[in-house]
Amino acid sequence: IHAMKVKVLSRNPDDYVRETKLDIQRVPRNYDPSLHPFEVPREYTRALNATKLERVFAKPFLASLDGHRDGVNCMAKHPKSLSTMLSGSCDGEVLKVWNLTKRECVRTLQAHEGFVRGMVVRFCGTSFFTVGDDKTIKQWKMETPSYGEEEEPLNTILGKSVFTSIDHHQKEGVFVTCGQQVDIWDEQRSSPIRSFSWGVDSFSCVRFNPVETELLASCASDRSIVLYDMREATPLKKVIMNMRSNTLCWNPMEAYNFTCSNEDYNLYTYDMRYLDKPFTVHMDHVSAVLDVDYSPTGKEFVSASFDKTIRIFPKDSGHSREVYHTKRMQHVISIKWSSDNKYILSASDEMNIRLWKANAAEKLGLLAPREKAAVNYSQKLKEKFQHHPQIRRISRHRHLPKSIYGQSKELRVMKEARRRKERNVRKHSKPGSMPVVTEKEKHVVTVVN
Amino acid sequence: MDDEDDEELQRALADDIISASEDEGGSDDERKHCKLLEAISSLGGKKRKKLTERSEASIQVSEFTVNAEGEGDKIHLSDLIGTLDKTPSALIKTKKQLKNLQHNQSTLETPLTRKETEKIQREVAFEKTSKEVSRWQSVVLQNQKAEQLVFPLNQEPSGPKRIEQVVAGWKAQTPLEQEIFSLLRMNKQPLHDPVLTPTEEASLRAMSLEEAKIRRAELQKTRVLQSYYEAKAKRGKRIKSKKYHRIQKKVMRKEYLKQFDEMVKTDPAAALEELKKMELSRMKERMSLKHQNSGKWAKSKAIMAKYDDGARKAMQKQLEVNKDLTQKLVIPADEDEEDEEESAETLPDFVNDVEPILDQVNPWMRGKLSTEPMMEESNRLHPPVWPREVGKPGEGRDDQEEDEEQMEETEEESLLRGFEERRKLRQTEDVKVAPMTMEENDGKVIDIVCHNVASGLCRLAGPGLGQGESPALLEEGLVRVRTLEDVELLSQDISASDTALLTTRDLGTEETDTQSATQQADKKRKKMIDPNEVLTKEAKVIEMPLAPTAVEDVEDKEEQRVIIKEAFAGDDVISDFLKDKRKQEEAGRPKVIDLTLPGWGEWGGLGLQPSRSKRKRFRVKVAPPPPRQDQKLPNIIIAEKRDSSIAAHQVCQLPFPFENPIQFERTIRSPVGRTWNTQNTVQKITAPKVVTQLGAIIEPIAREDLIKDIRQAVTGPSINLESDQGPQKKRRSQQKKKLELLMV
Repeated sequence: IHAMKVKVLSRNPDDYVRETKLDIQRVPRNYDPSLHPFEVPREYTRALNATKLERVFAKPFLASLDGHRDGVNCMAKHPKSLSTMLSGSCDGEVLKVWNLTKRECVRTLQAHEGFVRGMVVRFCGTSFFTVGDDKTIKQWKMETPSYGEEEEPLNTILGKSVFTSIDHHQKEGVFVTCGQQVDIWDEQRSSPIRSFSWGVDSFSCVRFNPVETELLASCASDRSIVLYDMREATPLKKVIMNMRSNTLCWNPMEAYNFTCSNEDYNLYTYDMRYLDKPFTVHMDHVSAVLDVDYSPTGKEFVSASFDKTIRIFPKDSGHSREVYHTKRMQHVISIKWSSDNKYILSASDEMNIRLWKANAAEKLGLLAPREKAAVNYSQKLKEKFQHHPQIRRISRHRHLPKSIYGQSKELRVMKEARRRKERNVRKHSKPGSMPVVTEKEKHVVTVVN
Repeated sequence: MDDEDDEELQRALADDIISASEDEGGSDDERKHCKLLEAISSLGGKKRKKLTERSEASIQVSEFTVNAEGEGDKIHLSDLIGTLDKTPSALIKTKKQLKNLQHNQSTLETPLTRKETEKIQREVAFEKTSKEVSRWQSVVLQNQKAEQLVFPLNQEPSGPKRIEQVVAGWKAQTPLEQEIFSLLRMNKQPLHDPVLTPTEEASLRAMSLEEAKIRRAELQKTRVLQSYYEAKAKRGKRIKSKKYHRIQKKVMRKEYLKQFDEMVKTDPAAALEELKKMELSRMKERMSLKHQNSGKWAKSKAIMAKYDDGARKAMQKQLEVNKDLTQKLVIPADEDEEDEEESAETLPDFVNDVEPILDQVNPWMRGKLSTEPMMEESNRLHPPVWPREVGKPGEGRDDQEEDEEQMEETEEESLLRGFEERRKLRQTEDVKVAPMTMEENDGKVIDIVCHNVASGLCRLAGPGLGQGESPALLEEGLVRVRTLEDVELLSQDISASDTALLTTRDLGTEETDTQSATQQADKKRKKMIDPNEVLTKEAKVIEMPLAPTAVEDVEDKEEQRVIIKEAFAGDDVISDFLKDKRKQEEAGRPKVIDLTLPGWGEWGGLGLQPSRSKRKRFRVKVAPPPPRQDQKLPNIIIAEKRDSSIAAHQVCQLPFPFENPIQFERTIRSPVGRTWNTQNTVQKITAPKVVTQLGAIIEPIAREDLIKDIRQAVTGPSINLESDQGPQKKRRSQQKKKLELLMV
């Protein structure tokens, strides 16, 4: 007998049956565009709402770590532990090790007499170095000494002059200090293995390149930034700018880029191969910029200023994307971006260390997958409609204290006036006699070989 | 002069004294005396020879006190070769050389100063380091362009680690363990890396990923072809038409002959072999009684043959076969029906394709890979690459055969060509769609005002002023935003300012005279987005459905249209629209303003009209406005007044990275949400650019990355496997994939 073949519509139950009753119902969807009209207005509304909510939820300030009895002068990140952070204060007597998750000080020690000028944790995280106004370099154990044991440095090097900054090599037992000259030290020796000086008598900051680990850069008091190679006998090059740079920071993802914080309220990002002009000038601060630190992703950096604010800049943008301030925060001296890219730590004059979120509206902690998807979607929407006036307006709005607002307004007026004057002068002078100088070129005096 | 001399003397004396005091052994009086004499004599004469000598070896030698004997004199070359007296032959030679040297006047250059040497050193060092640093350029660029970066960059794969990684230096100790390991070793099983055996590793090394991919593709293709041929052979077998089979056989024979001829030329040995085979088959045929009309079937046929013409024919045919086979000829013939069937199974054959009418609607039900509705169109346009159906009643036999030949020659190429053509067609289709939809639009009645509202959010009105200076990212103010109400206020703020701006702009335009107004309108038109263009663009986004479904659709639509027509028989939409348009035009036309005041200069009151002359005098005519944009578009109304409520939400400047409004509009128009896209698409579109892991320390980029990158560049770029994982994950999964590919 012939078996008849009957074709029936059959569906895979996996497509419509949920696995557990806790799952959401599977809803078959029809993506026919005619069934879902007005996609642009609907998405626009969603974007607008997302933007508004972002502003409402933007609460970046997390905690204040207090305990220092003088202004906090420097901080150091721990390379292996996210929760550990070190800070040194201006009275020098106190150096504190903090546990960030508990938000408490776990160890206090007397490091130097006078300021603690700089400190750095060794790449392995087992010990750290400090330099102070008492002309010494001290190496300390990271572990807290056991009960009854005295708080003593592992090693003390007495220098000839005051050291102002210290940095450690990324992989080897070599560190660098600066003061009257830039010295490179071997951990095993008590005298520097190499010293660089190039007609400058004081340096304020020296930093190892985290990528090309043999390279160094320093800020000098003669308004210059000097580059070095540890393997060479001489410095490489220096660029002299209009005003002094306070600190600099290398981009951890781009070997040849660094950003320096300048006294003229700006930050400059340089490509070390082309020093004749910075490739970005970052403006917005209204007072001298004191410190800068890159995010570990190398996409952004944060700057601390004398104007009592912290600003976050995208690395290739001329203006900040975020400004943080609180009523009680005074001049911010030191700043660090945590190595998980989530937090920012600022140390300021009024003895406090503050913990901020790097993304003001970000929800902390673990996110459920659906939550994550929603965040991504709203982020994408905000990005898509960022040019629409309402959304732009809302997303860019930031509150500023009156003084800073006034100052920035004043600066804007001044800048405009200067520009207008220049334009007028150019208009009334012989064509070609007043060349147009770009903003980038304006701030560099010369490059010295 | 005298002073100098005195000094000289004193110094000489002092020297003497010192040397005298230092002389410990018996002092050489004579020599001292001689020196003194010399010193005195030198005072008088012009020729002064300063001759001091060093008598003591000391560490610190001042360059002022050390003097060579006869320092003042010029050293002659002859002095230098004074000792060479004894060998005259060499002497002459060296003398010559020295003479040459003497003629040579150039001296060595003085060494550079320290400053200059350092500068040079610095320059060299800088060159070197900058070159070194520049190696990172490609990595940096790559990271900048990356769709997504997952930090930390070089992550260890999460999940359970292998025991060998966890317990380093672990050794087999118990006899059982040792036995197991010896077994593993003997069988070349991996000990430390359980994923790959040595043979697998070797195979990995032997074949790169690309090769593996290519090979897999080839295999897939052959498999597809094979199954395809099989299916066709089956179909062919089922065909009952004798004519068809006859033709088929003939073709086969021809083909075979051709092949044989070729074989004779290229490979005589194989041809001989083939000949032998044929001979053998002939012998077999002669021995057997097959085709002799002696079988059961033949006998039954023989009975029928008297009455049935078909049976007779069949018998004749069999005999013919026998004749064919037993003929002693070089010409090879098919052996029997079974063979024929076999060959039919292995040979591709498009001729057999019987296309039921139903299949034309559903492309998926067809056996042929390359037949799609598009093809029919292309066939109409171009001569067909291969014939669809053979054995049509009207066609000649020769033609068919030719066609078949052609087909068999290019079976594979034609398959490929089919794919290619389809691709091309699809491309042309896309281009064609636009004008078509345009026509459609013309046919329909579209109110552009409505469109403006819908697509208003992506409209650009003003000129592209945004290209200038980059504006600040933040708008800093004194207002704190704490709640949603505050946010609302913010947005109201801007809308208010925007409308104010608009109204002033409107006023301005009203005041200007007609000429400038028309000019402005022209300008505006240039900068405004052309409604036609917008419509076409929108139409372009929608992909044309496949033709067969479209056919259905059209029918459906027809039906629907009829239904709608019946339902709305009374409504005349078109005339309503035209009326509406006329009304709008009317409203836009400037009205004559009558400024006559009744009662001025004459009697006024109920029933009294102002005089005509007066009315004429005070009537003000306003200059006509620029022509309407929709003047020449009969089916469209363009509202020329900007809607302020929408304008507040519109982008008025072209944002920076975009070069023209069309680009920008396109980005805005494509939705990203789940309402419009499938899950996977949404995930892909909304993937964040930077992904960081909670609580993971992100280390600076390491040199190893650079080395890896360079190595990759040398070996060639890696193929993007279709997955939505991050780049790092890809790298990890590559090896596994490679293996999988090999195993296929």
